[in-house]
Amino acid sequence: MEKTLNNKAWFMVLPVLFIVALNAIVPLMTVVNYSVQDTFGNNVFFFEGTRWFTEVLHSGRFHASLQRQFLFTFTILVIEIPLGVAIALTMPRRGFWASVCLVLMALPLLIPWNVVGAMWNIYALPDIGLLGYGLNWLGFNYDYTQQPTAAWFTVILMDVWHWTSLVVLLAYAGLRSIDDNYYRAAQIDGASRWAVFRHIQLPKMKHVLTIAILLRFMDSFMIYTEPFVLTGGGPGNATTVLSIDLVKAALGEFNLGVAAAMSIIYFLMTLLVCWLFYTIIMQGEKE
Amino acid sequence: MGLSWMAWTWETATFFGVIALLLAGMTLWEIKQPGGAPRHGVLGLDTTRGDRLFISLLGSAFIHLGWLALAAGPLWWALGLSLVYSVLVFRYV
Repeated sequence: MEKTLNNKAWFMVLPVLFIVALNAIVPLMTVVNYSVQDTFGNNVFFFEGTRWFTEVLHSGRFHASLQRQFLFTFTILVIEIPLGVAIALTMPRRGFWASVCLVLMALPLLIPWNVVGAMWNIYALPDIGLLGYGLNWLGFNYDYTQQPTAAWFTVILMDVWHWTSLVVLLAYAGLRSIDDNYYRAAQIDGASRWAVFRHIQLPKMKHVLTIAILLRFMDSFMIYTEPFVLTGGGPGNATTVLSIDLVKAALGEFNLGVAAAMSIIYFLMTLLVCWLFYTIIMQGEKE
Repeated sequence: MGLSWMAWTWETATFFGVIALLLAGMTLWEIKQPGGAPRHGVLGLDTTRGDRLFISLLGSAFIHLGWLALAAGPLWWALGLSLVYSVLVFRYV
């Protein structure tokens, strides 16, 4: 492989580096500093070494919220990716209705997180919300403010409603890039619908689907606003995912050291996943 | 505006200083002895020297966290393990 000889273009990146330094690197350094110290306010700090890291790594509360986080991310990926692909496959390939479908699909993505949370909060209320009232009318005992299972169901349904469109749009873009000749060849060979999907459409969508999984993984792994507005992490701690737990520790309990240690562990996990996906995408492009 | 809000300690300043020195060292190494073109390693990945530094640092962070979570001895052992790991990454990955 050739090595880049002229690296002068990197100087063009300097302004971005400066901005990133101010809004990301300096705050991150501060978090690292907080993670090894304790404070009672007034900008007075006491050095604690690795105590907070050991505490967080052994804390049942952290393990529980981490498990909930992975469960949430895993569940929405298992639902959203196949559902998104299925919807993209049924959308018209061109013409007026293709545009209508695209606009309809894009609508949920345009709604801010907190509005989505507030919408679903009211929509799912068992006494006045259409969904909550409807489910109870049908005979289901459903109250997301009291039952952990109902709260999980609502949070996942909300995320699926909000974000499946993203997978649809990406999968649709992947499908559109397939040349018509492939389909003609498949038709001549008498390939079944499944064979067309398995050997033409799926391989051609591989790249966009990797990107879709990466985006949905990262977004759901860092989700905060929607479940916070919808359930506030409750009932009890049932829907307290990692980010909600982190904010509780940092701003609710003012446990800056513990929260900083949690943030760094959280950050490292995110960084690892980003690197993994980045590497997979880059290696895939070379093939 | 001072830097007191950042709550610096000698330990964390040393940590970031070492990372800055590593980056500077890598730059000097590349100027003195160019050879940072991607190569195919044991993991089947094409990595440059910079990639290998990133893999070493990220892996070292997890080695330290793993040590704190599972082992009881002094953290210097984790540092030693990380150095061995980094040498292996730079040699073979």
